Amino acid sequence: MLDNNQLLRFTTAGSVDDGKSTLIGRLLYDSKSIFEDQLKSIENTSKKKGHDGVDLALFTDGLKDEREQGITIDVAYRYFTTPKRKFIIADTPGHIQYTRNMVTGASTANAAIILVDARHGVIEQTKRHSFIASLLQIPHIIVCINKMDLVDYSEEAYNKVINQFEEFSSKLLVHDIRFIPISALNGDNVVNRSQHMDWYQGAPLLHTLETMHISSDINKVDARFPVQTVLRPQNETHRDYRGYAGRVASGILRVGDDITVMPSGFTSKIKTIDTLEESLEEAYAPMSVSVTLEDDIDISRGDMIVRSNNKPEPLQDIEVMLCWLHNNPAKPRAKYSIRHTTNEQKAMIKEVVYKINIETLDRVTEDKELTMNDISKVKIRTTKPLMVDSYRENRTTGSIILIDDATNETVAAGMIV
Amino acid sequence: MSKYYLNYLDELESEAIFILREVWAQFDNPVILFSGGKDSILVTHLAKKAFYPAKIPFPLMHVDTGHNFPETIKFRDDIIKDLGVKLIVGSVQESIDEGRVAEERGKNATRNALQITTLLDAIEFNRIDCAIGGGRRDEEKARAKERFFSHRDDFGQWDPKNQRPELWNIFNGKHFEGEHFRAFPISNWTEMDVWNYIKRENIAIPSLYFAHEREVVWRQDSWIPNSEFLVLEDHEEIVVKKVRFRTLGDITITGGIESDADTLEKIADEVSGMRQTERGNRSDDKRSESAMEDRKRQGYF
Repeated sequence: MLDNNQLLRFTTAGSVDDGKSTLIGRLLYDSKSIFEDQLKSIENTSKKKGHDGVDLALFTDGLKDEREQGITIDVAYRYFTTPKRKFIIADTPGHIQYTRNMVTGASTANAAIILVDARHGVIEQTKRHSFIASLLQIPHIIVCINKMDLVDYSEEAYNKVINQFEEFSSKLLVHDIRFIPISALNGDNVVNRSQHMDWYQGAPLLHTLETMHISSDINKVDARFPVQTVLRPQNETHRDYRGYAGRVASGILRVGDDITVMPSGFTSKIKTIDTLEESLEEAYAPMSVSVTLEDDIDISRGDMIVRSNNKPEPLQDIEVMLCWLHNNPAKPRAKYSIRHTTNEQKAMIKEVVYKINIETLDRVTEDKELTMNDISKVKIRTTKPLMVDSYRENRTTGSIILIDDATNETVAAGMIV
Repeated sequence: MSKYYLNYLDELESEAIFILREVWAQFDNPVILFSGGKDSILVTHLAKKAFYPAKIPFPLMHVDTGHNFPETIKFRDDIIKDLGVKLIVGSVQESIDEGRVAEERGKNATRNALQITTLLDAIEFNRIDCAIGGGRRDEEKARAKERFFSHRDDFGQWDPKNQRPELWNIFNGKHFEGEHFRAFPISNWTEMDVWNYIKRENIAIPSLYFAHEREVVWRQDSWIPNSEFLVLEDHEEIVVKKVRFRTLGDITITGGIESDADTLEKIADEVSGMRQTERGNRSDDKRSESAMEDRKRQGYF
């Protein structure tokens, strides 16, 4: 692999019936990412189950229960590499009762693959998956119109799905949507170009994933550096060293920059940006570095170093699109711990503005109970201000989770409006 | 003009450093589980980067089965000295002597499963609230579902169907007294990534990974090294082969492959052409389809 090869994370949403597992199996198989002992194990299982040939879908089987029930329950991560890129697939179940897993998989993705069965066109599940991709602000959506072999590789069938999709997707906030006609089962337009669809001029799926431009997906404008921990070696070579360790959330930090520490408001200049190998002139997202400042000021975990001329808003009242992740429903006016970057405060859900009917995507204002998989718009009040950006502008400083202190479980994930 | 994106190895490195710092910030008493294998060496190397110029602020812990490659123990002691950190050893032999566990019997008996008790005892005894491991999701299907921060109940057990969701880069390490976490900073690395990175960083690894002449016996499709613990079957015969090991576990169960790869360059080339998963040579994984999941549920690494 070349030195400048990038990492691309994508999700696949869909059910077994859409051919999701077959598609992943095909990507892994045709890109030669499957090992012989894995193949042998799958061949044995295929035989035991009475399948003809190798069932590619079995590559994505995980836990015992999933194998027994033939479904994906949890997010499973798969890896493959081509000469151009390394890929991480977040393989998520498509069924409505696993919305929370889709949201989880989508949270770190650069791209989403949405599978549509060419015979059935856009169905409610397609809309749900697209909505989640848009809600989580996945920058690139690839709609794979699958099972083209079952509609005689017809361009008309393909165009029909595109029209259906575009009809509702105009309401979504996605900038880059592409369509690819494929047959995961036969391998058409997955890794190799299809011999059956001369009318399709675009690239196959893998080539699309390998070449899509992702470096501008990260916010390069707003310099945000949440402090994870303070490094104080107190050894002979670094007696007075006081470094703020963290990962640049967005933007670019440079030595000499005028900075402000939030929420205290103290100002200083960046003195050095250090790594084990060298001191750098600048650091950008998502680099992990240690930053030292010209002045000795009190900074600890949860604080954020930002450029003085571009600060996030310190807010105690935030509006959030919230996905409820836990079996236990939300308790009205209960206190939760809220985590935002490396900061933790207490918070209360003050109001449920509306819930989204995940089947129709309509807003519902009558029912305000938050149960597992619900997506809703809520108003949250925190005990101390959080230094937030809107999720649309910044996926790292615009996201929060809620933790129930009684169980320590993560119960909700939110995107700041 | 400088580029403003990271290549895949830099991004994986940055992610792992972020996780290691989160562990340090969220837990009182973490350790790195150190086996002397390449993955735990990698995690240790990343921890060195995460806390530089300070030294790694927590100990390394080795669960010692007593069935070690001598090379591994020497390597462990050297790295401890070099880093200036504390070493905690949990001894399977002690667990056996104390009657906590019983030695397996039969031809393919190993101390692999016995490590679970020793590991959990050591975690409890040393009041460890987070054990950092070198587990990777590409290794095995049960590991594909593992979180970066993985919760263990007060019996040390993993409940794969009831895991905390992990979104964005926000990790929830909250736990009650007696519970602990496992953290896996290199979850997203593949075997190839590990080798490419070791090569790039020129990280020292035990000589066992490089091709060398060794006394071995052919068993379960791989070359098992001769050792004082090996019990030969009638039809088996000790031969000398040029081998190297892709993973390092107990000397009794770690199979070598025939190879001429004696530099990092050659190893990376060889691995990129491999058609078998690295755990294909580990007899502990061959016992059943869910061998790893079953052990992990009980508290295995």
